[in-house]
Amino acid sequence: MSDASYTPTILALACQHRGYAAADLAGSMHLQYPASVRVIRLPCSGKADVLYLLRAFEEGADAVFVAGCKKGMCHYLEGNYNAERRVKYAKKLLDEIGLGGERLEMFFFDAADGPLFAQAVREMAERAQRLGPNPLGRPGPRQDVQEESQ
Amino acid sequence: MITGQQKPLAEIKEMTQPFHKVLIAGCGTCVTVCFAGGEKEVGILAAELRMARQLEGQPLEIVERTVQRQCEWEYVDPLQPEIEGVEAVVSLACGIGVQALAQRFPNARVLPGVNTSFLGLPEKPGLFTERCAACGNCILHLTGGICPIARCSKSLLNGPCGGSAEGHCEIDKEVDCAWQLIYDRLKALGQLDLMAEIIPAKDWSTNRDGGPRKIVREDLMLDIPEEGRFG
Repeated sequence: MSDASYTPTILALACQHRGYAAADLAGSMHLQYPASVRVIRLPCSGKADVLYLLRAFEEGADAVFVAGCKKGMCHYLEGNYNAERRVKYAKKLLDEIGLGGERLEMFFFDAADGPLFAQAVREMAERAQRLGPNPLGRPGPRQDVQEESQ
Repeated sequence: MITGQQKPLAEIKEMTQPFHKVLIAGCGTCVTVCFAGGEKEVGILAAELRMARQLEGQPLEIVERTVQRQCEWEYVDPLQPEIEGVEAVVSLACGIGVQALAQRFPNARVLPGVNTSFLGLPEKPGLFTERCAACGNCILHLTGGICPIARCSKSLLNGPCGGSAEGHCEIDKEVDCAWQLIYDRLKALGQLDLMAEIIPAKDWSTNRDGGPRKIVREDLMLDIPEEGRFG
């Protein structure tokens, strides 16, 4: 991507037990990673519904990743496995839509994985740079969401 | 329950190509349980279609609505205002729901978003298997509660056939031999004598062979006979 003004917007849906803890640690360790990542804390990566993932892209995210616990370490036993299956399914849908499943990924972290979290953000930023901005652009807030919030 | 699978996005996209505003109508019963056409699937399909059309430079406005059952007039009728405001309806119900909408709203373009598959059950999360062929003449009391019409590849009434090997059907090793299942169950129930009884040729007139079927229950009808009317 040659557009120097393009800063990818990356959404991280992070499990509060390890993915979010890893993000927190990355901050405490003063690790450098692209500042354009938005981290949303989920009670478990298994809460990352396919609809959330699609809506993120519809709202203009350039790349999205789900940050779950390491396999076998899910606080709720299997939420991260469910998340992995849903991410895989959503990648297929993104391919069918024409956005490309590569814009979406699943990562597994331990709470001490601050450096790995920073690495994941960098990897998704690189992907988003290579793939270019989300071709859907950044639409304004959805009418129905505005109505719901009023 | 009735099971189904959502049609591929490409097929739904092609069906909706001429339109600029559509309603995606979900059904809150069977297709919700098999994750083909419930409220969540309506949301996912709407997001997919909106994005795919946006990428083609032909934005599609989508109204999302899910009713409890698309196969009953009382649940279908409230869709009228939404249907009048769109060019077409993508129904994520089974074929019954699609036809109910088409019958109730004769001017609406109703498009099927789901391929209705079979009558079955969710055996475990993510696996749905056929259990009933709706043949109209149940013999489950003779076969240990396992239906040879729906579950034997040949719908044999007196099985198993020579293609049964190690409990599997010759068409596919992943398919259980229904007659092996019947044998095992009858044995466990101490009813193996039923295996020796010949089940006579089936009367298929109660099946589709007899043409479209209907059930008439006069005791349930609400029509008042002419002689009973006042005035």
